[in-house]
Amino acid sequence: MNKLITAAAVAALSATSTAFAADEVKIGFITTLTTGAASIGKDQENAVNLALEHIDNTMGGKPVKLIMADDGFKPEVGKQATDKLVKQDDVDFVAGYIWSHVLLASRKSVLDADKFLISANAGPSPVAGKLCHENFFSTSWQNDQTPMAMGETLNKQGVKSLYIMAPNYAAGKDMVAGVERTFKGEIVGKDLTKWGKDAQLDFSAELAKAKASGAEGIFVFYPGKAAGAFIKQYEQAGLRDSLPLYTVFTIDSLSLPKLKEAGMKSVLGSSMTQFWSPDLDVPANKKFVADFREKHGSYPSFYAAQAYDSIMLIKSAVDAVGGNLDDMDAMRAAMEKADFDSVRGEFSYGNNHMPIQNFYSRKVVEDADGNWTTQIDQVVLENHQDVYASECKL
Amino acid sequence: MPEATIGKQHTAVKWISIVMITALAVIPFGLYLAGNAFWLDIFTRLVILAIAACGLNLILGLGGLVSFGHAAYIGLGAYAVGIPVYHSTYGGMDAIASYNGFVHLGLAMAVCALFALVTGIISLRTRGVNFIMITMAFGQMMFYAIVSLETYGGDDGLTIDLRSEFPLITLDNPVTLYIVCYLSLLALVFLLHRISHSRFGLILQGAKFNEERMGAIGVNCYRYQLTAFVLSGLICGYAGFLLGNFTTFISPEMMDWTRSGEIMFMVILGGAAALWGPVIGAVIFIVLEFVLSEITIYWHLYFGLLLIFSVLFMRGGVSGALSRWFNSSRSSGTQRQA
Amino acid sequence: MEASILVIQLLNGLQLGILLFLLSAGLTLTFGIMDFVNLAHGALYMLGAFFCATLTIYTGSFLLAVAVAIPLTALAGYILERLVVQHLYHRDHLDHVLATFGLILCIDTLVHLIWGPEGIAIPLPEILNTQVEIFPGIVFPTFRLLIIGMGLTAAAGLYLLVNHTRVGMLIRAGASNRRMVGALGVDISTLFSGVFALGAALAGLAGMLIAPITEASIGMGSDIIITTFVVIIIGGIGSMKGAFLAALIIGLIDTFGRSFLDDIFKIFMSGEAAETAAPAVSAMLIYILMAVILAFRPQGLFPPLTR
Repeated sequence: MNKLITAAAVAALSATSTAFAADEVKIGFITTLTTGAASIGKDQENAVNLALEHIDNTMGGKPVKLIMADDGFKPEVGKQATDKLVKQDDVDFVAGYIWSHVLLASRKSVLDADKFLISANAGPSPVAGKLCHENFFSTSWQNDQTPMAMGETLNKQGVKSLYIMAPNYAAGKDMVAGVERTFKGEIVGKDLTKWGKDAQLDFSAELAKAKASGAEGIFVFYPGKAAGAFIKQYEQAGLRDSLPLYTVFTIDSLSLPKLKEAGMKSVLGSSMTQFWSPDLDVPANKKFVADFREKHGSYPSFYAAQAYDSIMLIKSAVDAVGGNLDDMDAMRAAMEKADFDSVRGEFSYGNNHMPIQNFYSRKVVEDADGNWTTQIDQVVLENHQDVYASECKL
Repeated sequence: MPEATIGKQHTAVKWISIVMITALAVIPFGLYLAGNAFWLDIFTRLVILAIAACGLNLILGLGGLVSFGHAAYIGLGAYAVGIPVYHSTYGGMDAIASYNGFVHLGLAMAVCALFALVTGIISLRTRGVNFIMITMAFGQMMFYAIVSLETYGGDDGLTIDLRSEFPLITLDNPVTLYIVCYLSLLALVFLLHRISHSRFGLILQGAKFNEERMGAIGVNCYRYQLTAFVLSGLICGYAGFLLGNFTTFISPEMMDWTRSGEIMFMVILGGAAALWGPVIGAVIFIVLEFVLSEITIYWHLYFGLLLIFSVLFMRGGVSGALSRWFNSSRSSGTQRQA
Repeated sequence: MEASILVIQLLNGLQLGILLFLLSAGLTLTFGIMDFVNLAHGALYMLGAFFCATLTIYTGSFLLAVAVAIPLTALAGYILERLVVQHLYHRDHLDHVLATFGLILCIDTLVHLIWGPEGIAIPLPEILNTQVEIFPGIVFPTFRLLIIGMGLTAAAGLYLLVNHTRVGMLIRAGASNRRMVGALGVDISTLFSGVFALGAALAGLAGMLIAPITEASIGMGSDIIITTFVVIIIGGIGSMKGAFLAALIIGLIDTFGRSFLDDIFKIFMSGEAAETAAPAVSAMLIYILMAVILAFRPQGLFPPLTR
């Protein structure tokens, strides 16, 4: 009992100490800082800090106070962290959210409290459609868009038959649905593998089936640690020549250094689609990538790019009202213009506050210093808007 | 001497009861009024999980049956709120589409009772570690079943747009919701107190120590254990119903085996033998988790160390240590004489 | 269904089964002999993988790394036993569960602190990174064959150790009647530490063998521990033979479920329904199997005769 009282007292004290100091812009950023997925969170945290450094930690003449919070890769923990940011820290913006389920669990807490919610990654279909909200903005994409771009890429490359593999959860199914929507060839096989706590990481059975199916290519979505596992088994199964690899959200700047270290040469030359790439020729991106590499010694991932943009988007809003954070309407109007130097270049917002932007096909290449990175091949979808925008009543 | 010990235990239970009842009423509201609205959330979650832990303790503490699948009932209870609300909002399944809290509660109870009955009939054929594992297996099956329900979001979970509606009270008010949870917990602890002293409770405890002997005196333990198992599932289902209304978001993740583990840890940490043990365990578990995670992202390390130390140095959980301390400080004289 | 893919899936199932056996051997020993429930057994599997990954990158040789990492993991297990586990043998199963869960949290966080959150991929030597044609038309990754080979060797070694040595005799005696062994004047404490370290080494070996396929990552231990428990429960706690057979059964059933269930379902339901149901059922398959077996044989398939 004593423990409880002391704990409560400590918390009460720490809460009161943050209560004054009102003349600052408070931003809560939810990401994953524990578990194996923490490498994504770390990359986002680095990008957010770089963004704050680039803007001298000032928005609309006020200093910025950033509060990072961990979602532990669990919707319930993410929601609790969100509640704390909203109720106890009284932040002005809540940004971040890598995972769809964490975002869906938390969105009501933020929006009911009349705060702005900026997704720096997750883009499940409900928040773009039925559940769209005037105070919700995204600096990433809707889940379906990237695989739709992949379907187009496959058509352009003349792939006639495809084998599909993805984890069996909502985003996995979204990705499969996305590629099926635009791909015109035949889908000769599909495997949805076990996901979650005891996710399946041994794909031997599925790869054997894929090989036997005689498909001209294999489309794969495996985020996080499953990516490394998949690529290695793809390499060990010797499928590089017979079954070319097409991925979304699987190979990124977080997995490439590891794959290089393990000598997984079969990823070199494989195709993927994305709204952004480290080599995208935009001044803001050049600065972001160069400074990020100088500071952290590696290419930033797309997660980092989106996190960087989320801070810039918030700055554009706070600057527009000269730091008057009570003027929600003016800040919303400012954000709707997407009037800031995004690392993806020019883009606009749709009625549902999801970006309308280009999607590129990219290839994995070795850069001049021998690092593995991705290079833009061509634009496959130009100024593309997600398909759920029409369901949004805004 | 035995009578004297029981008498002392009664005093200990009385004191712990008074402290717990007061603390759970005073602290959250005190903090809430002092401007820490978020602490009310912490306490609401805590009290709900305490209800679940008490439910588990009915079979674990009294019956000696360690179920490792009780998160399934919490999940079922929460989905019993989420699914009718989903259908009232978006149409379909008219038979259960409703915002009415009594419908949700009834559904939760019916589903949990059925699931507990079916799995209990099979599980109770086993004992010991095999019982732990078979209950876990049924929990996992339910977990994967819910994951595959794409209509209700599958892995992404389901947002509950509107809370259960009851006449006179509105659960949208966090204070009301807390009071409901708090009173539910008190009623449950009282109920468990009565059960443990009833014929039913005594047979359960007897079965824990010697099932054959109970059989020899003409008691069919299996029926009593099955009844307790179903009752325990119902209590956890009720906790799930509250949890769904509290978080307004449900996902299969809340039925995972690690969540069953957490409830079990609360019971063991607090002390399975004591009436208030699960509640004390829930309080320590949740508050510690929150306070430690505020301090460092590596809080799991300290949390883990505390768990290990609590096992090594506190037998019978916190309440075991408390009551030993209580007894020794009050009766060190008598013990020496004995 | 083509015969060749059937053979390949058979080999895949065998390989998974053998990994599971390496993990469950140690668990069923500590359970059977010391009556100790060790949730943290998976943490040793993870430690083995991380030791091996670091050593591979440091020494440049995977095989050398394995040779060094096995005793290292055994040492880690020994230290764990001396520091914590030893003090819990005479306690309740529930206390074991709580304490070893605490151990999982500690070890996972320590690994995060030492190696960072992102995990390590293990590079394989070129000769292992290829495929071999076992039968005409059946090509299989070399490394997976190596896993099967090393796993079977370890299983054979374990069989010899348990059935044909004095230590093995004590282990068998301990599994069937622990008190009697103590009464006969055997140094129980040393025996227990040794068995625990042996189990740790086997779990570590499993981690080293899987890491080049997946990678060494935080939480890989807690991901597999439940499946391992399923294996030893189905096999019968304390039974080495049971663990071996159950591991192979689980490995095969899991692999075949993943490969062929959707095709089987498509025979009697619509394609779309099969696509939804098959992954869900194949994920549940091992739990269904365990529930069915326990319902009919509450002690598992091969319970040790006397306990």
